[in-house]
Amino acid sequence: MARKEKEAAESEFLAQSTGAKIFGWVSLTIICLITIFPIYWMLRTGLSTTRLLFEDPSSLLPSHFTTGGFQRVLGLASLDQAIAEGGSGASVNFGQAFLNSVVLATGITVFQTAFSAAAAYAFSVLQWKGRDKVFFVFIVALTVPGIFLLIPNFLLIRDLGLMNTLLGIALPQILMSPFAIFFLRQFFLGTNLSIVEAALIDGAGHSKIFWRIVIPLAMPQIVTLGILQFIGSWNDYLWPFYVGSGDPSSTVLTVALGVFKSQTPQGSPDWAGLMAGALIAAIPMVLLMIFFGRRIVGSIQASGVK
Amino acid sequence: MSVQMVTKRKKRKSDFLVAVPFMIPALVGLVVFVLIPGIRGVILSFSEYNVFTGEVKFNGFANYIRMFQDVHFANSFMVTMEYVLINIGFQTVIALFIAVLLHRFTKSHVVKGIVLLPYLISNVIVAMIWYWLLDYNLGFVNAIIDSLGMQKITFFSEQLAMPTIAMINVWRHMGYTALLIFAGLQAIPKDVYEAAAIDGGSEWRIFRSVTLPLLRPVLAFVLVITVVGSFQIFDTIAVTTKGGPVIATDVYSIWISREAWGNNDFGYASAISVFLMILLSVIAFAQTKLLSANQSDLDR
Repeated sequence: MARKEKEAAESEFLAQSTGAKIFGWVSLTIICLITIFPIYWMLRTGLSTTRLLFEDPSSLLPSHFTTGGFQRVLGLASLDQAIAEGGSGASVNFGQAFLNSVVLATGITVFQTAFSAAAAYAFSVLQWKGRDKVFFVFIVALTVPGIFLLIPNFLLIRDLGLMNTLLGIALPQILMSPFAIFFLRQFFLGTNLSIVEAALIDGAGHSKIFWRIVIPLAMPQIVTLGILQFIGSWNDYLWPFYVGSGDPSSTVLTVALGVFKSQTPQGSPDWAGLMAGALIAAIPMVLLMIFFGRRIVGSIQASGVK
Repeated sequence: MSVQMVTKRKKRKSDFLVAVPFMIPALVGLVVFVLIPGIRGVILSFSEYNVFTGEVKFNGFANYIRMFQDVHFANSFMVTMEYVLINIGFQTVIALFIAVLLHRFTKSHVVKGIVLLPYLISNVIVAMIWYWLLDYNLGFVNAIIDSLGMQKITFFSEQLAMPTIAMINVWRHMGYTALLIFAGLQAIPKDVYEAAAIDGGSEWRIFRSVTLPLLRPVLAFVLVITVVGSFQIFDTIAVTTKGGPVIATDVYSIWISREAWGNNDFGYASAISVFLMILLSVIAFAQTKLLSANQSDLDR
């Protein structure tokens, strides 16, 4: 169905009666509020003074406004100031953790997407015997639950001497993702291959066709896939915790937040500092949503219809 | 010219040698980080593994026998089931409701972006936000409950911790699940609705006897994905209750990681992992069969 036609058909689905409209919009507003309020609460708490949070726990505005929480997690606050506001002197190095997360998530995204695209090319454009059988093994790999591979992969990384390195965290994911291969193969199969045939006749090699024709054609899909992979890597906790938490140079943001929370300097966690840190970790995702929201929403919908 | 092209295409020989360099990285990834570890995981489950020397001593079914006798075995099963049922139950119903709202009342991409936002935020952060919102002494939710003159709630108590954590993850996943279902709603042809409307069905009736049955394949697909994910819950518990109070939130993944990294018993932990994988496969298979995911009522 043409896009225009489809949208016109959709609009006629929209409810018409006033009662239904009021019900719908009230419900949607409540859902949006439930979604946004906790995120706002991070900001509100992050700008509060931990020591004085008990004074007005239900106030919608920060309690005793200060940027101390942010200063503490970024290592900009002096020890006295931190302790006075209810924080801890023994701070976690969030700047380093932020950088680690950026390097790790970017590295995994770039390599994984590139290698997966190359494999998808071999499983779609290229013709060879046994192709679909090999591809099937990747599909089986897609269904293996992560928790099952956790222990043997941990032991492998340890045996390779890569514990507490970013490479050790990245390695199992850098070479491919069965989902990415599946996703891109579907797209390559759907593209018009006569252009590839034409290029072959003109004497172009497959690496040239891959880089100059297929990749540019699939760029929107590759970018979408990359965004999803980036989000996944950025938010990952379990694997980077066991492989990388032993050294600041390989501690990522989610892990650093966990460590920060477990420090309870004055009996309870430094809530303002913790929420400030959490917000810093969440901001890149919020930005992605603002700039690529439509694309992200679209790709998730597409995975729903298969 | 065109005839020449056709013959040329037919004559094209196997691209196998070209394909090899294209798929080498992915194949190495598959073999080294999925296939071999998969086999190693199974071998470990039949062994006693010495973490310090790396020595593997085959011990038959000892790990499995021990697992079935372990008090944690029944507990982890019950606790994980409790989590999955509450999480999936609420998540699916709420997501279905949101999906219908998105479908019937708005075409706004901003609203879709907002409901999806929690899904982009890390489990760890989501867990911390709610741990703080639900804090007994200083949390916003208890402050409101208190100001209404009601008894404050210990959300992370032995009885409530698991339902609380399940609901926290409902909050994170409901928008994502809603978008998956929304896609299914869009695929239902308009004339089906028109026919139902002409027959004079009420909104609720149309939803129940037209929308829901036609949505079954999408719901089945969504359930298979979300249930398998739900069984592997780890992050939220690891940064909040860590399996406690006592063993009230000691789900499989927490138990596995404790046996491995807490007790250095990688062989035993592997046996539990193998069991969990088999359990997940059986559940996914049963779901696909029961809900006949590949069959739409539209096709009949």
